[in-house]
Amino acid sequence: MVYEETFEDGAGLEDLVEVQFTLNGRKRKVSVEPRELLATVLRDRLGMTGTHIGCDTTNCGSCTVIQDGQSVKSCTVFAIQADGSDIITVEGIGNVTELHPIQEAFQEKHGLQCGFCTAGMIMQSYWFLKENPDPSESEIRWGISGNICRCTGYQNIVDAVRLAADKMKTKGGS
Amino acid sequence: MYSANFKYYSPRTVAEAVKLLQEHGEEARILAGGMSLIPMMKMRLVSVNHLIDIGKIDSMKGMAENGSDIVIGGATTHHAIETSPLIQKEVPLMSEVASWIGDPQVRNKGTIGGSLIHADPSGDWGACIIALKGKIMVSNGEKERAIDSDDFFVDMYETSIKAGEILTRVSVPAKSGKGHGFSYMNMERKAGDFATVGVATQLELDDKGNCSSAGIGLTAVGRTPMRASEAEEFLLGKKVGIDGINEAAKLAVKSTDPTDDPLRGSAEFKKAMCEVYTRRSLRTAFERAGGAI
Ligand SMILES: Cc1cc2nc3c(=O)[nH]c(=O)nc-3n(C[C@H](O)[C@H](O)[C@H](O)COP(=O)(O)OP(=O)(O)OC[C@H]3O[C@@H](n4cnc5c(N)ncnc54)[C@H](O)[C@@H]3O)c2cc1C
Repeated sequence: MVYEETFEDGAGLEDLVEVQFTLNGRKRKVSVEPRELLATVLRDRLGMTGTHIGCDTTNCGSCTVIQDGQSVKSCTVFAIQADGSDIITVEGIGNVTELHPIQEAFQEKHGLQCGFCTAGMIMQSYWFLKENPDPSESEIRWGISGNICRCTGYQNIVDAVRLAADKMKTKGGS
Repeated sequence: MYSANFKYYSPRTVAEAVKLLQEHGEEARILAGGMSLIPMMKMRLVSVNHLIDIGKIDSMKGMAENGSDIVIGGATTHHAIETSPLIQKEVPLMSEVASWIGDPQVRNKGTIGGSLIHADPSGDWGACIIALKGKIMVSNGEKERAIDSDDFFVDMYETSIKAGEILTRVSVPAKSGKGHGFSYMNMERKAGDFATVGVATQLELDDKGNCSSAGIGLTAVGRTPMRASEAEEFLLGKKVGIDGINEAAKLAVKSTDPTDDPLRGSAEFKKAMCEVYTRRSLRTAFERAGGAI
């Protein structure tokens, strides 16, 4: 264990607390310092590196995950706040052989360029399409207004979300 | 980016939370949605030794009717308020205001109580509660007291809550139906940004079309959210027409005291925009109240 070396503020092992939550359908238990963020715990302790940290200041939305049914920016949630929660990350909605309709739509419409913001965009769309399964273009833009893409002009992303809505209507995706 | 370390508590009742707060004094802080506090902790603008998370106190969440008032739990999220059928029906101004706060993820976490206590002069809830002439309820564990919206905000990031108290509920009179009109107009630099100027209005017209109640709250034009008192007084008892709205908007600017903001415009610009947005906000409220321009 290297916690003392990792954090210069001198928190020792005795300061670790145990956090349990359901991650993508599996119960997980992890020991963390109270100040550790959900985003870094997902990435560094649980290996779920699909969740990206872009700005680390609650602005860009790359770190968006679902906590108890709501989309949240996981760089601004202490992991310990998630104790007892149900967490879904991009790894939990589909996989390479069986993509989620939103992932398919992002691929088909090429709703990305460098791809850094994509997991956050997809998770925010996942929440948004549950709230509003048949959104207009302006509603989509409002719905993803907490997610920043610095490559595209959002056009293909908006098209992808709209296509995902159609796919989910016909497939009854979850 | 990490904050300094802290001890974490997750009480299940208001009484437990208040007890912890009183036990640890200045070293303790309440954590609600964390949408203001966690960024400040990460940037080391504040240091907290004992963090008391009220996120699992169920009695502090939700909305209910209480006679002619609507009561909102202090830990209710902006999103829950925005989408609540009760709020949309009884105090639609609140759901309109909520929809302007930050972005969807911020609204999913951030709470009305956290926002009011944070008392950012650019925060949107202050103007809303002022326009509605609402009350903010705080408790020290033994007694709950109600603070009038006009007495709540003291200065930038400062309210009249006392050490050892927590904000438990917000109470506003129901304002909807025939003769009622409301509007929140918010000028944003970009989607999700804090307001450059925001104006919350609530109007009531009697059978003859005269204004029988007026509330106007202003965001981001002074050290605290403020009431446009002169404009409200001017409207009361009058038949409000386009001239009245224009005059009230001019009077609203008199209540403001903005300073130059390097991000969101000079004091002069904010005053000019305050007039424009008050005019638009009043006009929408007036039309929603059934008034004809
Ligand atoms: C990207 C971004 C954009 C934003 N845009 C806007 C915007 O446009 N408009 C706007 O109004 N706000 C905006 N906010 C702020 C947001 O509304 C916050 O939710 C709010 O300011 C604080 O609420 P919270 O529940 O997150 O409180 P926290 O951050 O948890 O706490 C804030 C403060 O209040 C105290 N506190 C919290 N709850 C209580 C309580 N019940 N009793 C006593 N003390 C308490 C805490 O100790 C702390 O000092 C934005 C935030 C972000 C990150």
